Amino acid sequence: MIAPLLAIRNLTVQFRVDSGWVTAVDDVSLDVVAGDCVGIVGESGSGKSVTALSILQLHERATTRMPSGSILYQGQDLLRAPGSTMRRIRGSEIAMIFQDPMSSLNPVLTIADQVSETLRQHQGLTGVAARKRVVELLGLVRIPDAARRADDYPHRLSGGMRQRVMIAMAIACKPRLLIADEPTTALDVTIQAQILELLRDLRKELSMSVMLISHDLGVIAEFAQRVIVMYAGRVVEDAPMAQLFRRPVHPYTMGLIAAVPKLDSDASRLTTIPGRIPAPQEVIPGCRFSPRCALVEDGCLHEQPSMQMVSDHQSARCPPRILALGEHHG
Amino acid sequence: MTDTGLGSLATAAAIVAPRGHGTWQRLLRHRSFVIGFSVILLLMLAAVLAPLLSPVDPSAMRVRFRFRPPSSTFWFGSDMFGRDVFTRVLYGAQISLFVGFAVCVVSGLCSAIIGVIAAQFRGLDGAIMRLMDALMSFPAILLALGIAAALGPRVSSVIIALTVAYIPAGVRIVRAAALTVREMDFVQAAQVSGASSLRIVMRHILPNCLSPLLVHLTFIFAYAMLAEAALSFLGVGIQPPIASWGNIIAEGRDYATEAWWVMLFPGIAISVAALSLNLLGDALGDMLDPRLKGGD
Repeated sequence: MIAPLLAIRNLTVQFRVDSGWVTAVDDVSLDVVAGDCVGIVGESGSGKSVTALSILQLHERATTRMPSGSILYQGQDLLRAPGSTMRRIRGSEIAMIFQDPMSSLNPVLTIADQVSETLRQHQGLTGVAARKRVVELLGLVRIPDAARRADDYPHRLSGGMRQRVMIAMAIACKPRLLIADEPTTALDVTIQAQILELLRDLRKELSMSVMLISHDLGVIAEFAQRVIVMYAGRVVEDAPMAQLFRRPVHPYTMGLIAAVPKLDSDASRLTTIPGRIPAPQEVIPGCRFSPRCALVEDGCLHEQPSMQMVSDHQSARCPPRILALGEHHG
Repeated sequence: MTDTGLGSLATAAAIVAPRGHGTWQRLLRHRSFVIGFSVILLLMLAAVLAPLLSPVDPSAMRVRFRFRPPSSTFWFGSDMFGRDVFTRVLYGAQISLFVGFAVCVVSGLCSAIIGVIAAQFRGLDGAIMRLMDALMSFPAILLALGIAAALGPRVSSVIIALTVAYIPAGVRIVRAAALTVREMDFVQAAQVSGASSLRIVMRHILPNCLSPLLVHLTFIFAYAMLAEAALSFLGVGIQPPIASWGNIIAEGRDYATEAWWVMLFPGIAISVAALSLNLLGDALGDMLDPRLKGGD
């Protein structure tokens, strides 16, 4: 098996709050294979974005305890890399786009200024050469009339256009890995589809890996080859896309899949998972999902479940279910 | 006139106003901006062209013409040494406007730098802001009076004194703006693209803190001019025979009952300049505050 482009092992990130330390990301391990798209799905507060920011070492220094575990990018541990290495990697090797395109662009710089920033930083491009490349990039993300748009300020662009600009900035130096943190959440549905299609095409053209973070399983389903389901700071299931939908193992995954609205059903109410995600400082002795789980057993309340292999490519953090499935098949 | 312009802290809300090609056009449609801007421009022009507008030497004494009331020869009358008050007001404008402008520029630069440092290097924040609080606890004019007296009566010491007195308010404005801006997504986006801290401060944080500071500085210009007049009036500012609006008034004070014109005209000049700068500042505040901006 080839070494993955990015391998996160046992990542734990803690934040300081008034009452001490809370664990936002707990023992997360995941792989991103070169050229693959990995989807990370989970509710708000499940630790998806913190995981992403940890890859780039961009969490607030003052309130974060040095994350433990390792984040290996092409064999190099980013958690222990010096600042200069991180600055080189950011933007040129690993790029990121954010949820809210309305606030992700600097209002006092023109589009061309902002996009060329990355080019100047990593490729030393300035002046006419940079501008030429900017217009090229804006064309690549399908912004109509790119040459004119380049001189506009961000407030003249719509949300969808701004997200395209963000994508242009992200791909400017042909990164190997693009982290997309809820890239379509702030956009309306038709624009969402366009942006996803654009990302899909760019991924192929530039043969980059994508880590797509979303709370919308529908978005992930359209895009990812591999899905990682996170709940309350932990990975609860890790499976190839098709397999996850065909045979979800963790009850939380099952709940998420059941909660996706279906066009062909007449149900007037949407299916939900009862309860809410626990606050990070809440102490839950056993499985963190147990208070909301329909299949909860006595053992779940006392013992922390560990990740276990279900099959060659699928693993989950729910021993009772894995056992039941095993018996069923066996 | 000793107010340090905390009122303009409200304009800190003007952070991150989208600035586009239309700003200039919008400003030209704003009546108080046009009035304020043209009056200030006229005063500056008059100050620069003083030798052309009045061929008389501002310090030339002609005792025969003492205390002449305003007439076609002496437009603003003459003072106790027979000097032409109109000419002195013109030359006084050079000093007064220069002091106002210099204080505005120097304190603006210092506030921007110190404010951003305080916001960006959290370890220094406490020390810097407490120092600013200490400076602010003195009334600005009193602090300036002390510094000017210590440095000796010179134009440069007036500028230094007023700059020190007005820096704290500016620092607070820039720091408040920078603290808001540094949490914005585009700063993180810049970090993600691999930009260095210095680059992020200079290119992303600082430019977005400038609109509230700019508004504040138009008021500082006016306050500094008024304060210079006050310092000169009190005798620690610009020394006679060099004319400044403040010391013309100070010299005229003793003869106020016989020769009211000596005090009146420089007084009007100060009021007009201060008023137009305030109009200018208000207009800029309106324009740069995204919540008040129509259309677009």
